[in-house]
Amino acid sequence: MTARIGVVTFPGSLDDRDAQRAIRLAGAEPVALWHRDRDLRGVDAVVLPGGFSYGDYLRCGAIARFSPVMETVIEQAGKGLPVLGICNGFQILCESHLLPGALTRNNHLHFICRDQKLRVENNRTAWTNAYEAGQEIVIPLKNGEGGYVCDAETLKRLEGEGRVVARYLDVNPNGSLNDIAGICNEAGNVVGLMPHPEHAVEPLTGPTIDGLGFFTSILKRLVNA
Amino acid sequence: MARVVVDVMLKPEILDPQGQAIHGALKRLGFEGVTSVRQGKRFELELDGPADEATLAQVRQMAERLLANTVIEEFQVRVEEVTSA
Repeated sequence: MTARIGVVTFPGSLDDRDAQRAIRLAGAEPVALWHRDRDLRGVDAVVLPGGFSYGDYLRCGAIARFSPVMETVIEQAGKGLPVLGICNGFQILCESHLLPGALTRNNHLHFICRDQKLRVENNRTAWTNAYEAGQEIVIPLKNGEGGYVCDAETLKRLEGEGRVVARYLDVNPNGSLNDIAGICNEAGNVVGLMPHPEHAVEPLTGPTIDGLGFFTSILKRLVNA
Repeated sequence: MARVVVDVMLKPEILDPQGQAIHGALKRLGFEGVTSVRQGKRFELELDGPADEATLAQVRQMAERLLANTVIEEFQVRVEEVTSA
């Protein structure tokens, strides 16, 4: 049976179609989920895509966090459902307290769009097991509020428990603490990532196909589960 | 009825690049003597009842839950006089 992976569309989501396409290319069945529905339609995992949910009014991800679909996602993530939040999805995960910390305005105030080199630090999560630990990849990055911050104690815990999933290499594009590009929860089923792996899954449209590993990782995890 | 104001500010230890940009602009405009600028948000809540302790406790809950992200922001709640027209 093919794994079914849900992609939530919020009002203002932009990258839901790209995420669905990446899931299809990885060999799974993408399932479109709507922000107003509480039902996750029996999916095996959920992707919260990039964009500007609810216009990013108030704060990025602050209103999306209280959407009906997120009530179920938060509940199920606590029970082990794999969830990947990309960019705005990462912001929603932080606002939901599924991940600690927050994403703040880029330190230079510019919206940035570039091909970003990363190092995959933790390949034991549901979404990164197709990579080698320490593997360097290049995938697009595009955001205005991508600076990861948290208090000193949380940072120490994240670093100590190996919960920094990916780190920026060569350049820190937004002032993120410790060059953090992505983190995971304690169980490793919830991952937040600022850059966009779903835009690097085909040679025609991406700088690389390095992003595909996030989506093949979840397949591997679900097959082995 | 009452008006309650919630002021939300980034915590002092969180970098405020918007405030810094405004600070830079003030200097370029020739305004001297400002050593720092930080930018926040102000919410005005019109309530249909009086601003008693129970109501204020509820407003603090609203601030805690939605209006502020207490990971990076702090907030203050105060009652504002409503001048009847």
